Amino acid sequence: MSLKLATRVDMPKQPAEERRYNFDEVTLGLTPEQAKAEARRCLNCKTRPCVSGCPVEVLIPEFLALVVQGQFEQAQAKIQERNSLPAVCGRVCPQEIQCEQRCVLAKRGEPVAIGMLERFVADYAREAELRVVNRPQVKEDSPCIAVVGSGPAGLSCAAELAKRGYSVDIFESLHETGGVLRYGIPEFRLPEAIIDYEVDYVRSLGVNIMTNVVVGLSVDLQEMLDSGRYQAAFIGTGAGLPYFLNISGEALNGVYSANEFLSRANLMKAYRFPDYDTPLKVGRRVAVVGAGNVAMDAARVAIRLGAEEVTIVYRRTREEMPARLEEIEHAEEEGVQFRLLANPIRILGNERGYVRAMECATMELGEPDASNRRRPTVVPGSEFILELDTVIIAVGQGPNPLLTKRLEGLALNEKGNIVAFDDYGATSLLGVWAGGDAVSGAATVISAMGAGKRAAEGIDLWLQSRGEECCTDD
Amino acid sequence: MFTIVEKELLAPGIHKLQVQAPLVAAKAKAGNFVMVRVHAGGERVPFTIAGHDPKRGTITLVVQEAGKSTKAIGMLSVGDVLLDVVGPLGTATPIEPVQRLVAVCGGIGVAPTLPLLRAFRDKGTQILTIMGARTRDLFILREEVESVSHEVIYVTDDGSSGAKGLVTDALTELLEEGRKFDQAVAIGPARMMQATCKVTEYYGIPTIVSLNAIMVDGTGMCGACRVTVGGETKFTCVEGPDFDGHKVDFEELILRQAFYREEESRITVESQHGGEDCQCHSS
Repeated sequence: MSLKLATRVDMPKQPAEERRYNFDEVTLGLTPEQAKAEARRCLNCKTRPCVSGCPVEVLIPEFLALVVQGQFEQAQAKIQERNSLPAVCGRVCPQEIQCEQRCVLAKRGEPVAIGMLERFVADYAREAELRVVNRPQVKEDSPCIAVVGSGPAGLSCAAELAKRGYSVDIFESLHETGGVLRYGIPEFRLPEAIIDYEVDYVRSLGVNIMTNVVVGLSVDLQEMLDSGRYQAAFIGTGAGLPYFLNISGEALNGVYSANEFLSRANLMKAYRFPDYDTPLKVGRRVAVVGAGNVAMDAARVAIRLGAEEVTIVYRRTREEMPARLEEIEHAEEEGVQFRLLANPIRILGNERGYVRAMECATMELGEPDASNRRRPTVVPGSEFILELDTVIIAVGQGPNPLLTKRLEGLALNEKGNIVAFDDYGATSLLGVWAGGDAVSGAATVISAMGAGKRAAEGIDLWLQSRGEECCTDD
Repeated sequence: MFTIVEKELLAPGIHKLQVQAPLVAAKAKAGNFVMVRVHAGGERVPFTIAGHDPKRGTITLVVQEAGKSTKAIGMLSVGDVLLDVVGPLGTATPIEPVQRLVAVCGGIGVAPTLPLLRAFRDKGTQILTIMGARTRDLFILREEVESVSHEVIYVTDDGSSGAKGLVTDALTELLEEGRKFDQAVAIGPARMMQATCKVTEYYGIPTIVSLNAIMVDGTGMCGACRVTVGGETKFTCVEGPDFDGHKVDFEELILRQAFYREEESRITVESQHGGEDCQCHSS
């Protein structure tokens, strides 16, 4: 009898024809039976390659074994030992290039659906209203750490520090927590209730979060350290500065950065205008320039806001698109069109200063460039016009310099990213660590979380070593 | 808690508030602004800081009722709170010691002008202020302006107070008479600032303006407030809101300011018609 492996579970989804008219979550989650059956597919191999494929090294085989036994609460606790935001990660992590890619079963093309199972466990715990069992003890005189930014890097760093017994204050510049999770990722991919729940978990560990404080403007980080109020700091300010194309016509009405478009829709809930006060004009015909996850999010928000035609304009081909395959497929199912090998040259306006069209050139791919993707070059005489009302620029974000340019002695690279001198994220300033997009440039939620967690370890080691020095003086 | 500790009606629909915001008050400088969200579901609205008292931990905001959020502020009383206040944002204006300054203020533009005038006065600058309003009742903060200026000229559209005409008429007259200034400040509606800059450019007087671009976050994250200054794209929220007025592309700013006018009037009208007692549509 040959060993026959069960096939990988398929996550139920809202049909594309329905979901393109609402902001409800696209994927619907697994049932307990589906989850148990899927977890049973784990071969429990000795090498555990999945764990090393995870930036925060979630104990995957252990939590899967608990799911098989139906011990979902314990499975949640097992995940939370390493990952403070499982319901987020189960939704937005690119598992296909991390844990699942390393799964032994991936060789057969059907790795265990680790991401779906992580999400299942976290959702189960949330719906069962399970609360944290072990709130760590924060000693009265425990050192206090300032964390700048309540996005994935900051939350992960803060949670890890709290678990290690430190007192932690997070400073958030916006009126809401979560950073890019809140302003960037749309409700239909990451519901706000999930972010609230995960942030509440971090708070339940004893972390204090202060919104409406811009470190660098409202408070001075160096002063906070010098005064002795904080013994160390972590900077997780993300990649919040939108890049534009620097072509003519970008100041026309109807041209948005993806950051603006998504912040209006997500953070300010413009999709519920006029119940919420912030408006968002989407127009009939929309072009989104770029093909990363942010571009897909913007295109899919535009579809849901009633745009008749939404087109991704990208200068390379489908193969080079940086977005997750799943996001590209979802966008396509929802009616987003793709204009590939097309590069914007200028945006044209009408006499009232509104966008009416965008002129593009056709591109062809040449030799691979530094990013190892084939370099696009212009086909001479290939210009064409797309008639449009709205252009959303989604060609990437850089680090926001608000804080970094005000911190004397903080080493930055030529792109303005903070330079990390070791794997823990130590910066050129004593007592200051950094991690996430502010160091790496725009990357994934989970890599930011991994960096935040490693910085917490680095801070802990450093403070302990200083503590020992204090003790030897006695 | 951003509690309103004082509130004063300066003119019909124009309020002066003292709001508790200790972090902002401790760091505020002339030219800084705050983003305010009045209530859950509200917009983030920028207001230039019109004054600050670090000891009391309060900042001064002058709010003219126009859209839904500003009308909501108008309804609040002492003891009520603004849901969110964050700042001080923007780049503080560098105050160069100059001898003679002319300030041109239109409407409530006088409120954001005051901190600049105080800063210049502290450097020993002689200040002449031209205040313009549609009509006499709309002049605000006259005492404050008079206390910080060495000379004040009033101008109204209808001639109800001071000379009848525009602030630029008064300015041109002074310059024609041969009055000399080393520096100008022009703050008010975009058209007024644009017109003033035309005059000061002709006479070669460097001019600081404060731009009221549309913003979402106010921290450089969205780029909605981008303006062209000297041929370069700048984010008003980070590099401004104060700029060299002779370099600002005002036509572009004015077009961009109008982008959401339809939506703004829609929610403003709806908020006025809201509530169970609303009889607007009863026949």
